[in-house]
Order: sequence, then C-alpha cells, then structure tokens
Amino acid sequence: MFVPHTPEEIQEMLRAIGVEKIEDLFADIPEKFRHPKQIDLPPPMTEMEVAEELQHLAEANDNVRDHLLCFLGAGAYYHYIPSVIDHILRRGEFYTAYTPYQPEISQGTLHAIFEFQSMVAALTGMEVANASLYDGATAVAEAVNMAYHVFRGKRPKSVLSPFIHPQYLATVRTYYEHSDREVVVPDLPVEASPEALIEFIDDRTSLVMVAYPDFFGRLYDLQAVADAAHEKGALFGVVANPLALALFKAPGEYGADMVVAEGQPLGIPLSFGGPYLGIFTTRKKLVHKMAGRLIGESVDSRGQRVYVMTLSAREQHIRRARATSNICTNNALMALAATVYMALLGKEGLREVALLNYHKAHYAAQRLSQIQGFELAFPDVPFFNEFVLKTPSSVKDINDFLLDHDILGGYDLSQDFPQLDRHMLLAVTEMISRDDIEFLAEVLEEWVA
Amino acid sequence: MSEKKIREPLLIELSIPGRRGVRFPEPDVPQAQLPEHLLREDLPLPEVSEVDVIRHFTRLSQYNHAVDTGFYPLGSCTMKYNPKINEDMARLPGFAYIHPLQPEETVQGALALMYHLQKYLAEIVGMPGVSLQPAAGAHGEFTGILIMRAYHRDQGEHQRNKVLVPDSAHGTNPASSAMSGMRVVEIPSDERGNIDLVALKKECDETLAGLMITNPNTLGLFEEHIEEVVNAVHEAGGLVYGDGANLNAFLGIARFGDMGFDIVHLNLHKTFSTPHGGGGPGSGPVAVAEHLKDFLPGPIVDIVEEGDPPTYGFVWPKKSIGRVKAFYGHFGVMVRALTYILMMGQEGLRKVAEMAVLNANYLRVMLQDTYHIPYNRLCKHEFVAEGRWPDAPDIKALDISKRLMDFGFHPPTNYFPLIVKEALMIEPTETESKATLDAFIAAMKQIAREARENPEVLKTAPHNTPFGRVDEVKAARELILTWHDWSTVDSRRSIVDSR
Ligand SMILES: Cc1ncc(COP(=O)(O)O)c(C=O)c1O
Repeated sequence: MFVPHTPEEIQEMLRAIGVEKIEDLFADIPEKFRHPKQIDLPPPMTEMEVAEELQHLAEANDNVRDHLLCFLGAGAYYHYIPSVIDHILRRGEFYTAYTPYQPEISQGTLHAIFEFQSMVAALTGMEVANASLYDGATAVAEAVNMAYHVFRGKRPKSVLSPFIHPQYLATVRTYYEHSDREVVVPDLPVEASPEALIEFIDDRTSLVMVAYPDFFGRLYDLQAVADAAHEKGALFGVVANPLALALFKAPGEYGADMVVAEGQPLGIPLSFGGPYLGIFTTRKKLVHKMAGRLIGESVDSRGQRVYVMTLSAREQHIRRARATSNICTNNALMALAATVYMALLGKEGLREVALLNYHKAHYAAQRLSQIQGFELAFPDVPFFNEFVLKTPSSVKDINDFLLDHDILGGYDLSQDFPQLDRHMLLAVTEMISRDDIEFLAEVLEEWVA
Repeated sequence: MSEKKIREPLLIELSIPGRRGVRFPEPDVPQAQLPEHLLREDLPLPEVSEVDVIRHFTRLSQYNHAVDTGFYPLGSCTMKYNPKINEDMARLPGFAYIHPLQPEETVQGALALMYHLQKYLAEIVGMPGVSLQPAAGAHGEFTGILIMRAYHRDQGEHQRNKVLVPDSAHGTNPASSAMSGMRVVEIPSDERGNIDLVALKKECDETLAGLMITNPNTLGLFEEHIEEVVNAVHEAGGLVYGDGANLNAFLGIARFGDMGFDIVHLNLHKTFSTPHGGGGPGSGPVAVAEHLKDFLPGPIVDIVEEGDPPTYGFVWPKKSIGRVKAFYGHFGVMVRALTYILMMGQEGLRKVAEMAVLNANYLRVMLQDTYHIPYNRLCKHEFVAEGRWPDAPDIKALDISKRLMDFGFHPPTNYFPLIVKEALMIEPTETESKATLDAFIAAMKQIAREARENPEVLKTAPHNTPFGRVDEVKAARELILTWHDWSTVDSRRSIVDSR
C-alpha cells in the first residue's frame, strides 16, 4: 500500500547490506524481546473497508451541522468556515511539510507564519506573536511560566482570575502543582468585577491574568487591573476570545504585557476539542523570554526578501534544560487556518462576523429572559456572544428536554461553580438564525408549561 | 529594507481599501446597543479578495518542499507518506462538527474511536494504560515526568527529583524534565553509541526519579544493554521513561512494555502517518505500566456500561495528575492515526518497521565509504553520518544540506544529535522506493566529490531553488517579527503596485 518494495528489490538491498534476511536486521534486539506474541489488532482493512468503518463511527455521533442546533460554547464555538480555508489546508505542500528548519525550501510556511504573527499582533494590539502553541489552556500555562522567568523566580506568584476557563485553570494547576510557581486563583463571588483581583497583587506577584470576555461571556474595562498590576511591578496578561477582539478594545491598548487566546474561533472546526490553536503574544522587550517559535524577516543570497526562524536560542533544541519552554511541534497548520481566515475576512469581514455574534446573542438573551422563570444572571454587564441564564430548575433536566428536540443546550455551570446551580452558559454565533432562537424559546416555554 | 526583491508580496501589500474576500448574511435580528466605551477604533487587517487569497497561498505553498513533493529524509522526524484517506476521515461531519462538551450519549462514535485507539496503542507498546490527551511529543514527555513525580510522592518519596537524560537525547527531553522542576543530569554515551552504564549506575541513588531514554536512540541504534539499564534504574527505585518518537524502528517487532519501560510517549505525527502540517499539530499519547495507570491525566475513555455496543464515557483515573490541556487531546489527529492502524494491522505495522530499517541500512552501507559514520553498526530506522572531511576543510554539514536541495531532496537533520560532529541524521522511512534511495545516494556521492573539486558550488548552494541561502544573522539582528515592524510599509506598497 504505502510500502513500495518488490521482493526482488528487498533481496537486492539485503545483499548490498550483507545480510541474508530481514530478521537479521533486528539481531541487535535481544531475542527475548523480539516478535511478541500476537498483538491484538484487527486484521488489516483496505481503504474501502476502513472508510466504511470510520463512516460508521462518525454516524454514531450527532453533529451540530446535520442533527443538533448548537447553543453550546464554553471555549469551543461553532462558526462558519469559508470553503477557501480547507482548500488551502489540503494542499499537500503545506500539510505534509515539517517544521521549516530549512528556509530555502520552506518559504511557503515561513511567509504564512509571518503573516499569522502580523495579523495576530494587529488583532491583540501587541508587538509580537509566536508561531503558535497547542491551545488556549497551554498558552495560559506558558504565560505563567514566562512571567516567572521574567523575574528570574523572584516573584513566584501568579494571580489568575477565577473566571478564566475552568479547564485552563485546571491545566495550570497540573503544570505547576509541586513546583515553586505559586498559582493563586482567588475565590471570588461570581458577581465580582476584575478589580476584585487587585487586593491579591503584591510585590511577589509576577503576573495578573484576566479573561476577556470571561468564562461567563462578560466584558469589563480592564484598565484599572492593568494599572494596579503595573503599579506593583507585575505583568498584566489577558486570555482573549480572538473574534471578540474584532469589535472590542485590543488588550494592547490598555497595557497588556501578554495576550493569549484559544484561536479556534478563527476558522478551525470543532473536531471534538482539537486540534485547536494556542495564540501567544507579548511585547518586544520580553520576546527573549517567550516560548515557542518565532519567524523574522531577512534576505537571501540573491537579495530577495525571505522569512526564517529566529531567536532560536530560547528553544529546547539549542538551550535544552534551560530553554524557555519544552515546546517543539506546535499547531502550525491550525495557525495557517487562522491566517487564511483572517486574510479572507479581513478588516470588514471579521468585524461583520463579530457584530453578527453580538446582535444575535443579545437578541437571544432578551428573548429567553422573557420566558417565565428564566432571567439573565448578569443583566448589567456587557457581553459578546455568550451569556449566563438563570434557569428555574436543574440545567441537566432542561438540556435533556432540549436534546429531545435536537437542541444542544448551554453549558451547565454547576459543574465548575457549585454556587451556580441552575445557571446555563449559552453561546450564540452567526450560525444561529432568529428562527432558531425562536425555536429554542418555544421549546423552553413548552418545558415550563 | 526596501531594497529587498519581493517574490511574493505580503497580504498587507496586496490590500486595497474596500476589497472583500467573503460576505456574511445581513443580521436577521434587531441591532443591540454596543458598549461604546469598550469598542476598538481600528482593526488594521488586510483587505483582499477571494482570488487574491487563493493565489497568494497557492503560490506560497509552491515554495515548500513537502513529503508530497519529494524525498524528505529528515532524521528523527519520520517523514513518511501521509495517506490521503486519513484526511477524508478526519473531515467526516460526524467528527469535524462535534462539540467537545456534547452529552456523551451523542458522541458514542467519537468515544468508541478514542477507546479503540487507546487499546490498540496499548497493545502496540505492550503497556496497559494510555492517555491520548498530550498535544505533541514534548507535551507527552512533560506529562510523563509529572506522572513520575506523582508516583514517587504517592510512595512517600518526595526526595526523588533527579531525571537522567543521555547526552544523545532530543532537546525536548531535558527541557520537559526541567519544566516540571526536576533536576536534569546528563549521562554520556559510550563508544558504541549506547548509554554509558558505569556513568548511569553512579547516578542511581535515592534521589533518582527516573531515566528518560530514547530507544532506538537518536543515533538510530538499539540500546544493546537495555535490560541492564532498566534493571539498574528499577533497583534504585527509579522509573524508566521511553521517548517513543522512534517507534517506527520496531513497530510490531518489539514492545516497550516487554523491555520493562514504565512510561512512554508516542508521536502519532511520526510513527502513525499523521501529517506534520508544517510544524504541527501532532499528538503525543502517553502509555504506562500497570502501577502507573491511576496517575494518567484525565479524562480518559472507558466502557461505562457493557452491552452491544457497549456505552463509552469519560472517566478520571483515581490519582490522576489532572488535565494537561483543554478537552481531550487532538481528536482530529487521532482519527487519522486510527485509520492508519486499521489499514495496517499487525502484519502491516511490522512491515513498516522492516522496510524502514531496510531502507536505513541500505543507505548507511551505500554511503559508508563516502561519509564517515562514527557509530557504524546495524542501525534501526535512521543513522547519523558526519558532514565533514579532513581533505575538504571548509565544508560543513550545512553546505551539504543546502546542496542537496539542488537535487530536489530535503536535507537530513543537521547538528543533532549533539554527540556527532557536523551531524547529518538520515531517516528514509519505509515509504521510499529503492529508486529514490539510489538517486539520493548518487546525489550524496556527487556532493562528496564536489566538496573536494569545487567546494564553491556547495558553499553557495542552493542554486536551483526559488530562494537562495538565507541570512539568519540579519533576521536575529533586525528582529522584524511582524509587518508593523517596518518603518517603510508605504514605500513597499508602491513596489507591489508597480508589479
Ligand atoms: C527523539 C524525539 N523526541 C521528542 C521529540 C519531540 O516531539 P514533538 O516535536 O512532537 O514535541 C522529537 C521530535 O521533534 C524527537 O525527534
């Protein structure tokens, strides 16, 4: 199939090597470890059979395109992905290349990443972006690590808002649980605004990090926290939804030192949670402490403008145990998806989609909060495309009912916030029509009745 | 800067105010009020058309060397052919359009897929516990080290904070260990390319958390004393971590579990044919022995109710280290890997290793008279040659690499492993034919001749590629990292306009 050798060629090659049979090539593996008992794998399938098998597995899922009306977000969003994006991603020249170590024959990848860095910097209002990390959660973990190293370990503490995505916070805890990085996630009432973090900032704090919008979809003016962090000499970081940044103030404008994000809303399919895209940006003066690859502009021997990996001395292949991070393989192809998405939508298109999300979510919030027993949990706080709805009984029961009507209801917040029993986080993107919102409202009304 | 010749403009240079690439429907709901004080004023992104976008990225793609365009013997990277069917399967709507937080009863197919992949990988490495969560090899290593630490702490052995790493190891090994706060001690290699047993045993004390070892190692050599190595670490109370990035060498022929390894990570984006994507995404599942199963990152997939079909669900291992990323891992990559495993079966996987090793040894033997191979013995999936000769003193491995591009080949890995001077690490993989290998051998021999007779042609290579040798020093000095870093964007735009 994928192995081209003919029996004659194998013989010829064995002869050239000077051994008799294939088994001789494995003589260096101790006999007792060689040729294990039958390993329990199904018999090999042809392409035709495997396609059927996988189709079968795929059909055992209810998907949000063909079966379910999706009001679920909470860190992964169902957006429209224009056809162009996958046509570019499916070019073998892009997806079957390795990391662009040899710039002379990797200009396609390098040039595209430079454009990714440029557009991500523009979107976040920052000076530099790296070539990608694994996802939003690991990007937050890298931010904590970077802040720790900026202060050479002398400021061991990071203050993270409790309203950052719970799985991101969980990831950070796993990363640093028994290390000398202190991760402080203050236990704040859910109504607390970001200023409530200020009292936790001290001169042992290297990083203060806030989500924008936060896990409940809320948007706050973050200037005061940013200033408070800086006043204490700490860095200020933001975890953003990149699509929201098309409409709302870029964190760079209010003084962020690092902006990280889950890039999935930028043209990347839901795909059951991955692969997504870790976005990481910072200020130029901090670039030497940043994790991940970085592409810079240069010139070739013929005077042509070219792009090349730069500042590699931060990275594991050069600095080994003293590298800024262990990351090697990143999520380059997903960064390419985001690059093509941002290019295609551009200045106007990205704003247009963000506005569609904003208006539809607000219409839905208003419509649903009119249903008896339902109300907005944070009616006075601006939000982007996600909001919290108080429900008259357990979210689980409501979602079961919705599912019977082929609606994928919102996220049950009681899973992470015990005090938010009977609170549902709903996402409304451009994929949802007014009729869809009406349908959801009617089913909820039916449920109330 | 503006004197640079531009072969392909940047999007910002193609941008014309008012141009659009895609339109969205008009809003079908009333407009809500916007919070004025939170709005941004300007979104400085390019404005281009769909045709612009397609042509731009298509042209860019043509500047890449890729597995689909030619031989890619990049050592340690296992640049095998990526079957096209994998791509189709990952894009099935039932996989691409499912939300990670959907109720489990609506994603039984996805859970079954993950369950089976966990099981097959466990079978392939001979270790019972598998987590698919790590996003790449380095992430798997970090996860493995956290498991190692959690295990020792659980045993009450908090003092075990030392990880041994051979000097031939990939850079991610020491970096991952250090990131977890462990102390990294480097162990030298012996003259046959194995880990130095005497040095190893000297470090086997009560502070030993474990050894991180790549097998076959980065020289492409099977560790000849693997049993003794594993025993030494175990006797000192340490754990053995296997970097399984090189599993292509003995797929279906030998298993880490049988050799006594406690933890390994696999690179699905190497061994299991999922594409590298120009640098990622990968997937770095971690497999563990029985005594470590409870520490795996969660959640993992298990059968929660027997039946036909059984019901699958997410479960948390009892003493889990926690999660290492959001959601469950790179599901799209898992789909591709499972597709591959199902097509290969046990026989197919064994054939992969056999042909990968046959190809590597064939190249080694055919090149050994031309290039010095410092650890020249039976190799596994790759080998490392020196890119230097005493009678061609100016030539470096890099020059050989650049010259190889003129023949349409991607160069081998340069300057790794660190224990070989001017290293050329060559991994042909099983998907290359003898004809391709012969052409590569001919090119390598011609280059060796040129090194003596016409070194200038190497020094100034590549010649036949769209781009010449790149000035890396200038990039690091000027640090132009985005197009905002130019001071002369407008003058450049006029260059493009005049094209
Ligand atoms: C031997 C070895 N170990 C570990 C890694 C790290 O894997 P990844 O790049 O997926 O993080 C690689 C590849 O880059 C490798 O070749």
